[in-house]
Amino acid sequence: MAETKSITELEQVLIDDFSLFDTWEEKYEYLIDLGKKLAPLDPSYKTEEYKIKGCQSSVWIHSAYKDGHVYFEGDSDAIIVKGLVSLMIMVLSGHTPKEIVDAPLDFINAIGLSSHLAQTRSNGLRAMIKQMKLDAAAWGS
Amino acid sequence: MTDHIPFDVEQLRELFPILKRKVKGKDLVYFDNAATSQKPQSVVDAISNYYSTYNANIHRGLHTLADEATAAYEESRVAVKQFVGASSHEEIIFTKGTTEGINLVASSWGRANLNPGDEIIISTLEHHSNIVPWQMIAEERGASIKVIPIDDNGILDMDAFKKLLNAKTKIVSIIHVSNALGVINPVEEIISLAHLNGTLVMLDGAQSVVHLDIDVQKLDCDFMVFSGHKIYGPTGVGVMYGKKALLEAMPPYQGGGEMIKEVTFEKTTYNELPFKFEAGTPNIADVIALKTAIDFINKQGKNRMREYEETLLVYATDKLKSIEGLKIIGDVPNKVSVVSFIIDGVHPQDLAILLDNQGIAVRTGHHCAQPLMKRLGIVGTTRASFAPYNTIAEIDILVSALHKALKMLK
Ligand SMILES: Cc1ncc(COP(=O)(O)O)c(C=O)c1O
Repeated sequence: MAETKSITELEQVLIDDFSLFDTWEEKYEYLIDLGKKLAPLDPSYKTEEYKIKGCQSSVWIHSAYKDGHVYFEGDSDAIIVKGLVSLMIMVLSGHTPKEIVDAPLDFINAIGLSSHLAQTRSNGLRAMIKQMKLDAAAWGS
Repeated sequence: MTDHIPFDVEQLRELFPILKRKVKGKDLVYFDNAATSQKPQSVVDAISNYYSTYNANIHRGLHTLADEATAAYEESRVAVKQFVGASSHEEIIFTKGTTEGINLVASSWGRANLNPGDEIIISTLEHHSNIVPWQMIAEERGASIKVIPIDDNGILDMDAFKKLLNAKTKIVSIIHVSNALGVINPVEEIISLAHLNGTLVMLDGAQSVVHLDIDVQKLDCDFMVFSGHKIYGPTGVGVMYGKKALLEAMPPYQGGGEMIKEVTFEKTTYNELPFKFEAGTPNIADVIALKTAIDFINKQGKNRMREYEETLLVYATDKLKSIEGLKIIGDVPNKVSVVSFIIDGVHPQDLAILLDNQGIAVRTGHHCAQPLMKRLGIVGTTRASFAPYNTIAEIDILVSALHKALKMLK
């Protein structure tokens, strides 16, 4: 059951999933697929307020708080980034503010995507992670 | 002249060491030449040779190394003067690039000449570096900015331009060749219309100088700026050309060493041209290597290289157009070797990532021209820009890599 898994355990699941792929093509196809399958973000949150401006693409993250846990939803206008949004939601959504804020999130390196994502684009990823942690911290305070 | 010698791309590639490298296990395909060109070995050597054999501060020293460095630095100025057809070396000011050149003119000329109510004309095609400096000085001086509109292919609306010109128009600062689309602007006509109106013209030559023959006297532009790194030269060096009478009347841009004649605490007199505009120790090594880059261009022959670039452009345009849903923006006859395109339902960033994984460097995004993207109603384009060391085979690689990327994104 996903909700009983810790963030670290969820990261490990993704690392294991990605380790099955031998080529960059398979990794990206998986990411693209995750992007396509990501639950749509309520259009009322696709506004400037929820937008994280990246270098080239935009990301929207909305969070809600229920019974001590933070739930994320999100979107991007670029599909690969949307796949990354999906990964971050899988790992972080449904955890407590403290768990989210403290999460090291090393899995991006471990799944071997960061070497494929050029610097500017990993900056976008960093901005996304920062925003999700800020959201969590706000709910926890 | 080299114009009659057949162009041999393989021979040319040998001069560029970086072209041998692999990216992600594949041969590098470098199609981001409009952002910065690669450097021939001679340019790399010129920099290292300067530092290893005659590094010294220039103009002031009375020793052999200083003499040698000063001579090489000033030879570079003469090479630039000939390269752009200026009438005097005093009209050639070294800057750190196009951006600094525009800021210099906007700031120095603008502060002295713009008054409340005056107007500055730019175009929708501008790079941010030919927008923001003008906004800054316009705000400071109470002047305003007028923008020449374009059509959907990036062609300037010249009728609109004529209507914009009026008694308050003090300067037209315009991109010679669009970095985002490759479209060449009719600058001769712009300059003659502006001059009839008593208006000065500055050309942003960042994208034109490497491709087109430039003769500032024939063009009769009042200022022209460009960057060394886009013409096979080093980063950190650029040129601001200005007509001597204008430069003489302009106040200095920055104060410091080199630009002074005599300093007392009461009053400082300024050095003469071109030193008045080159405060502080300049970028000696890169200025010297800029001459090596110009020598490279002269040796290869600009026209000869441009002819070859044309074949790349025609081939790429044709092949890319055959991709379903792909639309070239700026598909016009009068352009340089740049193909900027969008593909239905595909975000440029996704394309860039998938192409990078196949060893291909293209530029995606707004190309520092956000107002242009807004006018075109798009978030950005994918831009492949070609240099004479690129090959037809590399374009084939790009086309098949695009097909692969599109299949993955489907
Ligand atoms: C048309 C144009 N103007 C200005 C610039 C700015 O040049 P630099 O960054 O070298 O100062 C560029 C470079 O991208 C350009 O293409």
